[in-house]
Amino acid sequence: MIKNQNTRLLIIAILIAFALWIDLSDTLFLSNPVNGAVIYERNVKPQLGLDLRGGLQVLLEADLPEDADISSDSMEVARSVIENRTNALGVSENVVQIAGDRRIVGEFPGLEDTEGVISVIQQTGLLEFVDVGATFLEAGTFIETDYGLSEEPVVEEGAEAPTVYHTVMTGGALKDVGVISDNFGAMQIAFELTDEGSDVFAEHTSANIGMNLAIVLDKQVISAPRIQSAITGGSGVITGQFDSESANAFAVQLRYGSLPIPLKIVESRIIGPTLGEDSLQRSLQAGVIGIIIVILFMAIYYRLPGIAADISIIFYAILAYAIFKWIGVTLTLPGIAGFMLSTGSALDANILVFERLKEELRKGRSLKQAFDMAWSRALPSIRDSNAAVLITSIILFWFGSAFGASIVKGFALTLALGVLISLFSSLYITRTLLAVALDKIKVTNFPRWFGI
Amino acid sequence: MNLLGKRYLFFALSFIVIVPGLIVLFTGGLPLSIDFTGGSLLEVTFEGATPQPAEVLAVYEEANIRDPQVQTTETGGVIIRSEFLDNEKRDALLTSMNAAFGETTVQRFDSVGPSIGEQVTSRAAMAVGVSSLLVVLFIAWSFRGIKGAYRYGISAILAMLHDVALIFSVTALGGVFFGWEIDSLFLTALLTVIGFSMQDSIVVFDRIRENSSALRRLDYETLVNHSIVQTLQRSINTQLMTVEFLLLALAFFGGVTLRQFVIVLLVGLMSGTYSSIFIAAPVLVVWEKKEWKNWFGRNKATV
Repeated sequence: MIKNQNTRLLIIAILIAFALWIDLSDTLFLSNPVNGAVIYERNVKPQLGLDLRGGLQVLLEADLPEDADISSDSMEVARSVIENRTNALGVSENVVQIAGDRRIVGEFPGLEDTEGVISVIQQTGLLEFVDVGATFLEAGTFIETDYGLSEEPVVEEGAEAPTVYHTVMTGGALKDVGVISDNFGAMQIAFELTDEGSDVFAEHTSANIGMNLAIVLDKQVISAPRIQSAITGGSGVITGQFDSESANAFAVQLRYGSLPIPLKIVESRIIGPTLGEDSLQRSLQAGVIGIIIVILFMAIYYRLPGIAADISIIFYAILAYAIFKWIGVTLTLPGIAGFMLSTGSALDANILVFERLKEELRKGRSLKQAFDMAWSRALPSIRDSNAAVLITSIILFWFGSAFGASIVKGFALTLALGVLISLFSSLYITRTLLAVALDKIKVTNFPRWFGI
Repeated sequence: MNLLGKRYLFFALSFIVIVPGLIVLFTGGLPLSIDFTGGSLLEVTFEGATPQPAEVLAVYEEANIRDPQVQTTETGGVIIRSEFLDNEKRDALLTSMNAAFGETTVQRFDSVGPSIGEQVTSRAAMAVGVSSLLVVLFIAWSFRGIKGAYRYGISAILAMLHDVALIFSVTALGGVFFGWEIDSLFLTALLTVIGFSMQDSIVVFDRIRENSSALRRLDYETLVNHSIVQTLQRSINTQLMTVEFLLLALAFFGGVTLRQFVIVLLVGLMSGTYSSIFIAAPVLVVWEKKEWKNWFGRNKATV
């Protein structure tokens, strides 16, 4: 059977203790008892997928020709711009990830205001500061500017040529933007400029006091404040009729105005929160019922080894959940299904061994011989068959990642991890537990203890 | 127990089960979801009474949205499928629905652009192809020690194709009776079935591998039959565990959202175990004995 039983039991006990610690806490926290310094901290709150808690998922694709070369740097910048924009809306726990070469997937769980998020994402956001002279322009007016204009616009005969305003500088000149409130509680936008930007701005504002300077996003005026004094220090404020919400939204537009590549929404999904909640409850319930039946069956059919397998299956569940929480696997419905299937895999490995054990005992081998043979003979089929499942789940994971299909990805990940943990559970934990039990109990009546 | 002797009976049985669904599939076409074709799906529930499908259609036509199809749900909501909707169109649509039917809540909204749909389809086919190929190679490598290793890989693939055909067939029938669709979840189920089908076949093959050195003197058919019988208990019990208990629990008590997925998995995994015993292993014997030479000849007694 096995020699170093105590060491093995100790290893299992330590692992389970760690796993339980992770399972039962939302944050892992270790501090130095002497000075109270934080040694280790990690958030292990379980993350529920969109299908379980409702929310919005959008898939964005670079709006460029199929064969255009898109650098991974610009994708990354676009990703973080979108992340910043949406985070600034106060949406929590959103995830923005690059999927494949030209797509970005954004997930916003538990979200009510889906339209707000989508409109924020869709702004391509070319921000310009435009000299409009003494003309006052209403917010929302579309204007023509000379920025990026390579030739004179073609004007049809007889039609009046549209006014083309001069762009003083673009959003690239902004270093930082924030919202402040003045002594009377009115909201203002404070901004800071880059060195280059402040020179341009100083020159323009000193020459144009009393004139209007329009702030234009995608050729649409957001606001056209009057230049009240020369701004030479590289920072200033924009005053206006802001409440805190509109001030924040404006600041977000200023700060994260420009995307390096144009993006379009190619897929969007909204899952209502009630649908998700119902599914979660029911699936968990179903899972518990299924597992209870399985545990009873194993104990009744395989007797002593069955009970060892039951304990090891429970340990398996504790370990798996801890690992999911640790690496931050987002739990989705297919993810739960994947986990249950890998539980099936764990059971399969146990069953393969136990059937072998019974077979060897029936042949009249001694308990020790049968025990050792059961594991060594069952090993190749357990190893090879699980390898086949792992190969498939890796392909699934790759497929899911390329399309931002987090549902497929979640399933593949939980299945693959589950299969790996199940191997440990059946080959190590069950074996140790059964060996210890057989040592302690001194079984003689095989039919009774093994259900032969 | 002589299971192999009746191998043509089992082949016929699978044939009878699979063919009707495949006929539906080829006559009615694949019930592909918008995941693959592109388009949109909107599920809404209403505060007040559920409007008639015709009334909902009228709203869509008003908004100038092409080919809407309306379906009512068990919970009194409505599912409408139509062309790809961008954000403005969706907002406009919801506003007019609110105006027409009172408070309308969006339960689900999926909108997939046509280009994405196409790519998903081709990549999905590739995912299935690549994973099958890798597994064949893996099996051939893993059985390299015994005669005709590649046969094991190909037999496992045949058994897998059997399972895949069966779940397509079941989904086609489900499409006719319950409005099931082939969506990304179906794809997940499909790939899982492929993985576990291989797993089952490998377990049986492993026994043949082991026995072929220990029981060298037996003729091949007896050897394979013996191996099947030896692994039968395991196959039945594992099947009970994974399929019957866990998945049936999910099918009966789990949410509606997962039902199609679970039933497809259930049928597929059950078929995976069945095919490892009644397709994969018999194919090995048919191959070894080159039985096709007799199929159209004198010896019709076995058919």
